[in-house]
Amino acid sequence: MAVKVVIPTPLRQYTGKKDSVEIDARTVGEALAGLTSQFGDLRKHLFNEEGNLRSFVNVYVNDEDIRFLQKSQTPVNENDVISIVPSIAGGFSIRCICT
Amino acid sequence: MAINFRPEELENVRAHAARDYPSECCGILLGHADGESKEVSEVVPLRNLRHDPGRAQELLPVEDPSRESERNRFLIDPQDQLRVEKDSRQRGLDVLGYYHSHPDHPARPSNYDREHAWPWYSYVILSVERAEAKDVTSWVLSNDRSRFEQEDLKMR
Ligand SMILES: [Zn+2]
Repeated sequence: MAVKVVIPTPLRQYTGKKDSVEIDARTVGEALAGLTSQFGDLRKHLFNEEGNLRSFVNVYVNDEDIRFLQKSQTPVNENDVISIVPSIAGGFSIRCICT
Repeated sequence: MAINFRPEELENVRAHAARDYPSECCGILLGHADGESKEVSEVVPLRNLRHDPGRAQELLPVEDPSRESERNRFLIDPQDQLRVEKDSRQRGLDVLGYYHSHPDHPARPSNYDREHAWPWYSYVILSVERAEAKDVTSWVLSNDRSRFEQEDLKMR
């Protein structure tokens, strides 16, 4: 069953400039494993050394965050769209917020 | 590398930074990238999710919630990103990067900014002093993640 994985702009340099990739998979975990075996350089941007999804990476199936589904076990069906959404965060040095 | 804005888009970004002072503001930069330069054609202001500590903590926890808030942290709701990305893709636009403000701090990336940065994106930073937007700079993470490199920010 082919699902579409949408690649965000910063990671397209590792997918031969493709903005989406079709992968045969039954779960989100299988899809991401398939994706990173096809494009090895992607792995370190998506997974930590223990092989878990990095906390800076959000994964959605259609409009649902997989954190609130079954995480990497979340089943996917034909025509589902998996989106990799980079966490965008920042700020400056910690200071006392007293006001 | 360089990032190019139309004057009115940059004005929108500055106005957003001033309006949200003393909190950090954030937003998305949309447009086209061709090789060495990025052309911004649209900016979309977004909500700083650190205003909603419960949900922000669920998505990307901070170590010390008593000292890390919307005043010195920003987080974009991935749901907002997804919505903007989908809509922009249909119109042939790419996400080029993001902007955020540093209330009463210089327009230079912090270590926290670097730790959370992604390659390729432009990170535009504004310093805001007493509700007035001052300096605007733009930065791209180096490939080994060790530092940010400043890029030219130009008006077209
Ligand atoms: Zn910052």
